[in-house]
Amino acid sequence: MTLEVPASAAPSGPPTRTRSALDPAGSTGPGTGPGLPTGGATRAKVTRVVSADVSVWQRMADIWGSRELLTYLVRTEIKVKYKNSVLGLVWSMIAPAMTLAIYFIVFQYIARNGVPHFVIFLFSGLLVWNLFQVGVQTGTGVVVNNAGLVKKVSFPREILALASMGSASVFFVFQAVVMVIFMVVLHSAPDWSYLPLVPLALVAVLVLGSGLALVLSAVNVYLRDTQHLVEVLMTAWFWACPIVYAFQANIGNRLGPRGLTWLYFLNPLTPLVLSFQRALYAHVVVGNTTSAAAAPLRVLPAHGFAWYAGLDLAVLAIGLVLFVVALAIFGRLEGNFAEEL
Amino acid sequence: MGTVAVDVQGVSKRFRLHHERYTSLKERVIHAGRSPHEDLWALRDISFDVGEGETVGILGRNGSGKSTLLKCICGVLQPTSGRVVVRGKLAGLLELGAGFQQELSGRENVYLNGSMLGMSKAEVDRVFDDVVAFAELDHFIDNQVKFYSSGMYVRLGFAVAVNVDPDILVVDEVLAVGDERFQRKCMERIKRFQSEGRTILFVSHSPDQVRSICDRAVVLSDGSMIGMGAPGEAVRIFREHLLEVDGDSSLGASTSSPMVAPESLLGAGGERAASVGARSTLAGGPGSGPAGGALEHAERPVRLDVVRVQYPGVGERPYLLSGQPLAVQVGFDALEPVEGIVFTLEVRDAEGSAFIRTDTSILGEHFDIARGPGMMEFVFESFPLLDGVYDVVVGIQSRFGGVLFDWREPACAVEVMNPGRATGLISIPTSATLLYGGLPGAPGGPVEADGAAVPSAPAGGAR
Repeated sequence: MTLEVPASAAPSGPPTRTRSALDPAGSTGPGTGPGLPTGGATRAKVTRVVSADVSVWQRMADIWGSRELLTYLVRTEIKVKYKNSVLGLVWSMIAPAMTLAIYFIVFQYIARNGVPHFVIFLFSGLLVWNLFQVGVQTGTGVVVNNAGLVKKVSFPREILALASMGSASVFFVFQAVVMVIFMVVLHSAPDWSYLPLVPLALVAVLVLGSGLALVLSAVNVYLRDTQHLVEVLMTAWFWACPIVYAFQANIGNRLGPRGLTWLYFLNPLTPLVLSFQRALYAHVVVGNTTSAAAAPLRVLPAHGFAWYAGLDLAVLAIGLVLFVVALAIFGRLEGNFAEEL
Repeated sequence: MGTVAVDVQGVSKRFRLHHERYTSLKERVIHAGRSPHEDLWALRDISFDVGEGETVGILGRNGSGKSTLLKCICGVLQPTSGRVVVRGKLAGLLELGAGFQQELSGRENVYLNGSMLGMSKAEVDRVFDDVVAFAELDHFIDNQVKFYSSGMYVRLGFAVAVNVDPDILVVDEVLAVGDERFQRKCMERIKRFQSEGRTILFVSHSPDQVRSICDRAVVLSDGSMIGMGAPGEAVRIFREHLLEVDGDSSLGASTSSPMVAPESLLGAGGERAASVGARSTLAGGPGSGPAGGALEHAERPVRLDVVRVQYPGVGERPYLLSGQPLAVQVGFDALEPVEGIVFTLEVRDAEGSAFIRTDTSILGEHFDIARGPGMMEFVFESFPLLDGVYDVVVGIQSRFGGVLFDWREPACAVEVMNPGRATGLISIPTSATLLYGGLPGAPGGPVEADGAAVPSAPAGGAR
């Protein structure tokens, strides 16, 4: 490039010559070197549009494109959480084990609910609940907690909320392993024919949880009350799920005659918890352990596989709709993240 | 022309400045609908495009919207209106090491950061050794980054970003990190990127950097684009703008019209702010001599009159192109004939250091002047200073310098624009020749290459 300068210049005194040096800077600028065609130009290039409105489908495509980042974020979150602790990941099991132990002692020995193999019953419900609750609750704070990242690095921010659900899933896997051990030790067999409900309910809870986490994480940026509110609501929500009490005996038999059972099913987690219990706990009607004379306990609805699966699918459908809506809401709120944080 | 890599289409960005920020529910309810805020348009309708393989600089003062613009291009911020179309993989260096997780090791962070910049694990695997080598962190790569020094931290951040293999690199004033050697390495890497035909967009405070790297530059001011063009032109616009904004309107005015009205400058030890631009009442009014002036009217047989600069195209543009001839014409008015009068000339930069200091006796000239008005001229055959606005200071002394008849500081200003790529303070005719050691076949024997910005001596012969 520099060699052209004297050649193209009209050398009629210093002024024009210096000006000619300006021209190559301007006109031959784009197309800098011979490396142009071989460098980046040959490979396929993705066109990305930064604008205030990006379609939901584009968002989904972006998220899918960053799935590897999702795994890294999940890994990071777990690693960071238990870094420098001696027990490390064991802690992720200690907390739920403690909850399990407390509920077990309270309801089996103090409140005497009379459910045999109550640990298994409790655990099957807690598995779903813990996944949902941990995912949504950490998801709510995740954008605010990663302010540094959100303000400086460009990536689909939805990934953050999804990563919270992802790390909750990892903990779910650990707890599931413990669950299996319990079942083996206590000789409690699952209902094999109902076992397909487990993955179905699992997918439903993941989709539902992701959708909620997305909305809440975005809202929390603008209204920090959200994370506290979620914490409180989660406690209430827990008791609205048939986890520590049997659905059929306590809810179904009371609301059923009045035709109000549907009210209880407004809680989308109900079918999912019931599905887990139906598949893993397996007993619909059990003998009461408090006394031999007591009437048998109806623990779970005595419906067939189709009933459970149908409800799960309905929740999944609701979850998918929520997820799409959540992406749209997230997209709307995302625009001002960097300045609100 | 090649295809467009980054197309900025009418981008505006509004920030809401909340004087009091209501983020809790209670406050939001109480102050519902009347959260006091001010709208700040950080960017107003910015449109430009960057061709593939082009390097474009963004110049602007603090708060002019440079970083906001880069953030919009990177996608960290969404424009309030307008859009940015980016074609190709973009890696943004808005802040080095921004995505680092304190608790993780350097190695883990390289993978994490790499995936954030859009690399797959296999791709990171491939460049991992390069990253470590570039960051010079062989021994520490498995330590947690929270134990890194700030230098190690940013080195690793830069190393990851440049090894991402992006089509478009967006750099926000991050080149000023590390020691000089590392900075050189960064610059070298950026130049290599250029030669590979990648697109670079970068923000800098340093006009020198913009000049030496960029093909074009955009100048921002208060969120608006006030200029775009070849780096030399952009730097000039930027500089002129800086002067205006500084409120140094006098200097700005004198650059646009190189002629400065005659005035007495000897008042109160030459405070230039007070003297420049304001038509002095002292010169015409005898008896109203400057308080505390060093020279009484009686001792001033010669006074300065109009002082102006002349250069090719003086009427068309307010600046001189570096390397053009420059004449400083000094008008004077003598009350009596003076023998062996000496005219002095200084050219100073804004800080006041004199680059050129000469006088007629050094130049071997001997002037005797008659009573009445007159004019003399200093001529620089080729004015070598590069960009900037320079003050011209002139004085008139008695023959051996014993008596200072008049002195004006600054008498006028001259703005220089360097259209070439050379940076530094001055440019003098330079040529480069490969004496031996060239490839046999190629133009590899001794070949002549002229420095780009240099009006080289044998230009006529080259034809």
